[in-house]
Amino acid sequence: MIHFVLLISRQGKVRLTKWYSPYSQKERSKVIRELSGMILTRGPKLCNFVEWRGFKVVYKRYASLYFCMCINQEDNELEVLEIIHHYVEILDRYFGSVCELDLIFNFHKAYYILDEVLIAGELQESSKKTVARLVAAQDSLVEAAKEEAASISNIIAQATK
Amino acid sequence: MLLLTLLLRSVGFYFFTSSIQNPESNNSYTAKLEQLKTIGRELAMGSQGGFGQSKEFLDLVKSIGEARSKSEEDRIVLHEIETLKRRINEPDIPKRKMKEYIIRLVYIEMLGHDASFGYIHAVKMTHDDSLLLKRTGYLAVTLFLNEDHDLIILIVNTIQKDLKSDNFLVVCAALNACCKLINEETIPAVIQQVVELLGHQKEAVRKKAVMALHSFHQRSPSSVNHLISNFRKKLSDNDPGVMGATLCPLYDLIAIDVNPYKDLVASFVNILKQVAERRLPKSYDYHQTPAPFIQIKLLKIMALLGSGDKKSSEQMYTVIGDIMRKSDTASNIGNAILFECVCCISSIQPSPKLLETAADAIAKFLKSDSHNLKYMGIDALGRLIRINPDIAEQHQLAVIDCLEDPDDTLKRKTFELLYKMTKSSNVEVIVDRMIDYMISINDSHYKTETASRCVELAEQFAPSNHWFIQTMNKVFQHAGDLVNPKVAHNLMRLIAEGFGEDDDAADSQLRSSAVESYLKIVDDPKLPSAFLQVICWVLGEYGTADGKYSASYISGKLCDVAEAHSSDDIIRAYAVTALMKVYCFEKSAGRKTSLLPECQLLLEELSASHSSDLQQRAYEFRAILDLDANAVENIMPLDASCEDIEIDKSLSFLDNYVHKSLEQGAEPYIPENERSGTLNISNIINRNPYEHPAHSLRFEAYEVPKLVVPTKLSPAVTYPTELVPVPEPSYQPTVSSGPVSDAGSGSGSTELRLRLDGVQKKWGKPAYSSAASSSTSNIDSQRTTVNGATQPDNVTSKSREPRQPHVEVSEEKQKLAASLFGGRTARPERKQSGSAAGHSKVSRTTNHGEDKAQPTTVTTAVQPPPPDLLDLGESSGAASSYSSTVDPFKQLEGLLDLSQDGHAVTTTTGPDLMSLYSGASTNGQNQNQNLNPLLNEKDNMNGAPNPSNRTASLTKGPSLKDALDKDALVRQMGVNPTSQNPNLFSDLLG
Repeated sequence: MIHFVLLISRQGKVRLTKWYSPYSQKERSKVIRELSGMILTRGPKLCNFVEWRGFKVVYKRYASLYFCMCINQEDNELEVLEIIHHYVEILDRYFGSVCELDLIFNFHKAYYILDEVLIAGELQESSKKTVARLVAAQDSLVEAAKEEAASISNIIAQATK
Repeated sequence: MLLLTLLLRSVGFYFFTSSIQNPESNNSYTAKLEQLKTIGRELAMGSQGGFGQSKEFLDLVKSIGEARSKSEEDRIVLHEIETLKRRINEPDIPKRKMKEYIIRLVYIEMLGHDASFGYIHAVKMTHDDSLLLKRTGYLAVTLFLNEDHDLIILIVNTIQKDLKSDNFLVVCAALNACCKLINEETIPAVIQQVVELLGHQKEAVRKKAVMALHSFHQRSPSSVNHLISNFRKKLSDNDPGVMGATLCPLYDLIAIDVNPYKDLVASFVNILKQVAERRLPKSYDYHQTPAPFIQIKLLKIMALLGSGDKKSSEQMYTVIGDIMRKSDTASNIGNAILFECVCCISSIQPSPKLLETAADAIAKFLKSDSHNLKYMGIDALGRLIRINPDIAEQHQLAVIDCLEDPDDTLKRKTFELLYKMTKSSNVEVIVDRMIDYMISINDSHYKTETASRCVELAEQFAPSNHWFIQTMNKVFQHAGDLVNPKVAHNLMRLIAEGFGEDDDAADSQLRSSAVESYLKIVDDPKLPSAFLQVICWVLGEYGTADGKYSASYISGKLCDVAEAHSSDDIIRAYAVTALMKVYCFEKSAGRKTSLLPECQLLLEELSASHSSDLQQRAYEFRAILDLDANAVENIMPLDASCEDIEIDKSLSFLDNYVHKSLEQGAEPYIPENERSGTLNISNIINRNPYEHPAHSLRFEAYEVPKLVVPTKLSPAVTYPTELVPVPEPSYQPTVSSGPVSDAGSGSGSTELRLRLDGVQKKWGKPAYSSAASSSTSNIDSQRTTVNGATQPDNVTSKSREPRQPHVEVSEEKQKLAASLFGGRTARPERKQSGSAAGHSKVSRTTNHGEDKAQPTTVTTAVQPPPPDLLDLGESSGAASSYSSTVDPFKQLEGLLDLSQDGHAVTTTTGPDLMSLYSGASTNGQNQNQNLNPLLNEKDNMNGAPNPSNRTASLTKGPSLKDALDKDALVRQMGVNPTSQNPNLFSDLLG
């Protein structure tokens, strides 16, 4: 089971946090502080795993962003590494060459997507296509709500093509 | 300068696009185009900000992004909290505005601040009819609230309503919330509906319903127990996503109790076989591996089912063998499956053939250059040596390499392996290493763990008393305050009882060596408290036992301890009692006794101590001083710490006294619970904590008073194409149809009530909490003592001398390897392992060479670097593109820099860049068709993009255009990518 997901930038700034096990706000800050101290200082060629308080934290760096997931002792680290990659690929497909900035300004969308990938700390869907389809279905509702705002820019976009 | 570069960068882009468009490009057209685009963007942003948020929020995010210190960030957030607190309570906030406030709250909370003032607004938002707002509300509450929060009760009703919605997206949102928010108390309110949703037509809903039931089961197994058969049914769902999700609850259930699921072994094997044969839809492939996450979950389940069960295990052998053969060891996910196979093999009934393949897989892991794989290899090795301890010997040098690796994670894992393979022949080397490591680390959690492992190993395998005592001294000196106090007490008991053998000579030898070593270190001022307690106790009990040290010498040392640690009452208590013992033993032995002057002083001081415990000990000591030898011997018999003290619980020796008092007219004693007046309340509460259903909360609407429960059976959905036939147990129909339907209306087990058991009573008289009876003899019964075992070190170092075939393996390492692994093996075997080691070294270097060679060939082949080749679809070659993707911007940047230096390179590089764009766009657009990256490369090399590519790039090239749009957008908002963190813009997957 995944206990929490953290996205931390190389400077130690928090980009996204999702807690599947109960942690109080105070514990959360402490966890983030402890883990960013441990993970950000690790060299590039070392393991992508850190043992921590009887759990294991699997992390992977993408550009300047660290994706971390905390798992149980008996879980398969390599699998979790691929779950992280799976999520990043879905983000990439959604945002189109995703970069850290996308996640900074669209963190709520990153949350929605994460909710389609993981649920209650377990991987719920391993097909990228299915996730993409669901997220798109939800977005189509959002689109409808924003139509009026976007219409003008659409017209101009058409004209410039 | 930087700004100029950036400007040139974006202008450059438009220049090239337009030049592709009309070869006879004119600058005025480009300018117009640019102008129009800017206007469009501004219009779009004016109304709603760059990313759909208001300017205000974007500014907040930006300013936090630019904050230089944590304190500055905190200041900004606190200011934001103030603003929000004020705004959010204003009347008549438009809903869209409110939605943004909620998202801002999420942001604040994410940064570690308290946003609880706005929780209620998030809860309210879940009530909204619009899905857009509802979704935001649900997102916020799932992020804000833990399952025990008070506000949850306000959401349950909404969730109930949403679970009934026609729109499956609403249902999905509600189910997502269920998983996080529904707690033990509220499960009955929704469980009926969730079970019904298992038959929903949308697979996404079925999947989430399964996961929701799973989370209910985790919270309160009893509430879902009658629904377990549903999980079996869902295993044959025709959607692989639902089937995959069902494996999660099944894994948990099987982990709790294997037996009811033995009949599913054939189904699991069958599913796994089909997955491995690529029978699932292509969309479940991940990097060309068929549904790896499902495979791993199935292997985990099979490991549980096959453990200790020969019949089940035999069914699995073929499929596991197949998977291992097929797995792709070049990719990470292939190795993940391989590792899971090894775990499964080590858990089920062993099969010699599979064990061999598993050993090969481990060898591959350990020889790999990747630290991750080495780590997995060590882990797998630790699992396999339980079955076959000899396996470790092949890998001794790899293990030692890992042990000396600078990577702490790897080192720790290796220590875990060593811990598992410790035996009496190598315990000294291993424990010494562990202690060295323990001293070197700061992390208290692992220091404690390592310390207790050292203690455990030393207790189990100690080759000699002397070594044992020395080892314990080291552990306690460096981690005494961290180890569990129990360990200290164990040590005392061990010294008192000896190693469990009836060998008094050995026992007394152990004690005197303990005394001797303690006297040596007792003056160290930095000893941890727990250790000093042990020292004081042992010195008191056995200090004078062997007659080597005089009573006054020991007493002097004890007084020193009490003096040096005058602030620690516990140590002083131990010391003064030890002094008392020393005195008593002397006196009862009939020797002349006199108290040392410093001891007298100490006694006087303690008699006036603030601690009543110390005072009492001092007074007791003084009282003993006046007694004669006979009485003293009775009070403090020599070496009686292991003898049981019999306690007369009925206090029968007082009978006479009581009798006399009664005769003199005293009132008889009435036990507390028999006294009148107060007994009623406590008795009732004690007796019936369960029979009070009056407080139960009801979530369902009041029923029409007909008392007829609408018995709607959970719809029996039949799927035309079942993936596999799943045998259902014979009791299944009765279980699923009956109780399922009336679960919500509240029958016995699921009924909701306030639980009174286990809750501390707040009123009435204090109940007597029965303390767990502490058993005094929980020393490891399987402890094997190896007193006087031969020391392997000398033997090996001598036998190593004559042969030394491979010089590159350092002598020190070989020695270590021999002492770790070679404990009981004969010489020839070791020789062989030596050569194996050499072999591994060689193969490693070749590996290295290959690795080195690969990237270079790739880069030469792809001279004009193809931008973002990563095809997210089911394409091939995704793996290879990892290394070769290059950020197109960086390329451009470099080129522009060059041109500024005065070289006329633009013209020569023109074609390359053009092909670059065309490459990018084709890649982005034709994601599904363009499966051959080589084709692209070829185009790029030729520098002559074919027409179709060109047109594609003109119409829309998603990735590049998006990236540039993004770039322009954020810059307009004032985020300057290069100012702080240029990486903000780099593709995460690039």
